[in-house]
Amino acid sequence: MAQIQLRELRHSYVDQPAADSDWALKRLTIDWADGGAYALLGPSGCGKTTLLNVISGLLRPTGGQILFDGRDVTDASPEQRNIAQVFQFPVIYDTMTVYDNLAFPLRNRGVDAREVDRRVREVAEMLELDDMLRHRAAGLTADGKQKISLGRGLARSDVNVIMFDEPLTVIDPHLKWVLRSKLKELHQRIRVTMIYVTHDQTEALTFADQVVVMNDGEIVQTGTPVELFERPNHTFVGHFIGSPGMNVLPCEIAGGRATFAGLPVDSVNAGAYRGDGGRLELGVRPEFVSFAPAGADDGIPVRIVKALDAGRHRIVETEHADHKIKLLVPEGEAIPGDTAHVRLAPERTWVYRDGWLVTGKGAAR
Amino acid sequence: MNKTVNQRAWWFVLPVVLLVAFNAVIPLMTVVNYSVQESFGSNMFFWSGVRWFEEVLRSERFHASLLRQLAFTAAILAIEVPLGLAIALAMPRRGPWVSVCLVLMALPLLIPWNVVGAMWNIMALPTIGLLSETLHALGFDYNYTREPGAAWFTVILMDVWHWTSLVVLLCYAGLVSIPDAYYQAAKIDGARPWAVFRYIQLPKLRYVLTIAILLRFMDSFMIYTEVVVLTGGGPGTATTFLSIDLVKTALGQFDLGPAAAMSLVYFLIILLMSWLFYTLMMRNQSR
Repeated sequence: MAQIQLRELRHSYVDQPAADSDWALKRLTIDWADGGAYALLGPSGCGKTTLLNVISGLLRPTGGQILFDGRDVTDASPEQRNIAQVFQFPVIYDTMTVYDNLAFPLRNRGVDAREVDRRVREVAEMLELDDMLRHRAAGLTADGKQKISLGRGLARSDVNVIMFDEPLTVIDPHLKWVLRSKLKELHQRIRVTMIYVTHDQTEALTFADQVVVMNDGEIVQTGTPVELFERPNHTFVGHFIGSPGMNVLPCEIAGGRATFAGLPVDSVNAGAYRGDGGRLELGVRPEFVSFAPAGADDGIPVRIVKALDAGRHRIVETEHADHKIKLLVPEGEAIPGDTAHVRLAPERTWVYRDGWLVTGKGAAR
Repeated sequence: MNKTVNQRAWWFVLPVVLLVAFNAVIPLMTVVNYSVQESFGSNMFFWSGVRWFEEVLRSERFHASLLRQLAFTAAILAIEVPLGLAIALAMPRRGPWVSVCLVLMALPLLIPWNVVGAMWNIMALPTIGLLSETLHALGFDYNYTREPGAAWFTVILMDVWHWTSLVVLLCYAGLVSIPDAYYQAAKIDGARPWAVFRYIQLPKLRYVLTIAILLRFMDSFMIYTEVVVLTGGGPGTATTFLSIDLVKTALGQFDLGPAAAMSLVYFLIILLMSWLFYTLMMRNQSR
């Protein structure tokens, strides 16, 4: 187990990186606490897998440092780093039994047979593989095989970190939930640092204590699922997390007050804007937008475009001056006819400058 | 449910049936025909039952060629399969050298078989051949037209040169198709190179190797052109393999009956051994 620190980490797959777009990872600095459960969330191609391979030592970064418990491991091999990784597709040793698969990393490290046996049985019991130890690994189903790849990591008691690279991609939907809760339970039991890469927000939010959102080679925000939801650091986080994503509306700020299409809008942080230019936007989640009662004329006048039933609530799409505003209406509440006014909850309405949340300290990053 | 029955669809199959009939079934049946008859010139045929088969199976000459054939094929497989696998493992996986290697490997396969025989004939010529000169310079008394050992050496060397590439290309294709994640997992698990080969590469190459062994078995069992051009089956009968013996019987002596019986036995041996190989190599998979 270890605390993992990344210092100014950058990586490029190009020999002579020049343009900004040549970098797969752009100067990442982040601390991951010992024993934490982290999710690395982002769209395909944002650098998640690259980051994972750099941490595991399969890829040498172009620049920067990786520290495990304060020790520089940038040049160490995956074996020396003593990490475990579960890949997108189950990687098992076909010709071996389940038992031999789990014992393989221990035997390679010269652990004595009695200890190997004890560890393998312990891990098999944790993963509910004990009744198939003698079976050939190739005969198992996809979820069984993924358990084996996880088990090979767990078998080493001193493993520093276990990394998961979209491990549920090939698992049947009804088993995904089972494996996910198994993983969460395992983490609580053994408290090894775990990093879970995914582009599925449900997976990230249910697994992790802390979610790291990446976009385009950068870390956009790190926080608990609640923080990401209530106070997105970047409009990208607002879009990417939540369904439907955050409403983003152009705005202007004058005298510490935001206006959208000429209408004043209250927000948490408009006062923090220091008038230094940039593209200004308002962000508010559909969850925090509501219809004003009939007859009231405060808020933003809108035309109702369409409503979509999403089970417990309905997603209503409205429009003001060609800008779309979505809101959620709970089941059983009426939706006004053609036009109405909507109110944005002031304590959940944020101002963004060039995409980043405006804070007193300037840019949020 | 109503199914449309249209027997006229059989016409679509006709071209294939005709093709197969003319190029496989009819010649094969002719051979079967010959194998149970005694023939004299000007189209006189008499029923002879299984006499030719008995004769062939008892013939010492047949036994000798079969034994030579088995020894040759065993030697070929024992050299070409491990060598081909080793070369494939040593070839680069990416970069500019990949295409260079692939072209070099494919070259021997593109040369017509009789040209291969002729090339090695020239190489091995006692007076001017590069091979014989080199061996002489190294102090060996090498003369493949006189020494059976030297003839065997040359024939095997020629076949290895000609056909190892096939094994290499098949194995290389198999190796390239192993996903990177396997190698990465092995690194993380601390596997040594030997373990990577034993537990990842070899199991993943199983099907490819089966195909390679089967192809090399069948081809080497039927080898004819290269050897005839190089040694003509000699010295004496030292390199007279089954197909050469067969041609000598059928066309040299014009013994159609025994030759037909012999080719049927030959055919059945190849079929049987291919089946055996295949079942043995695939058996473990289903367990």
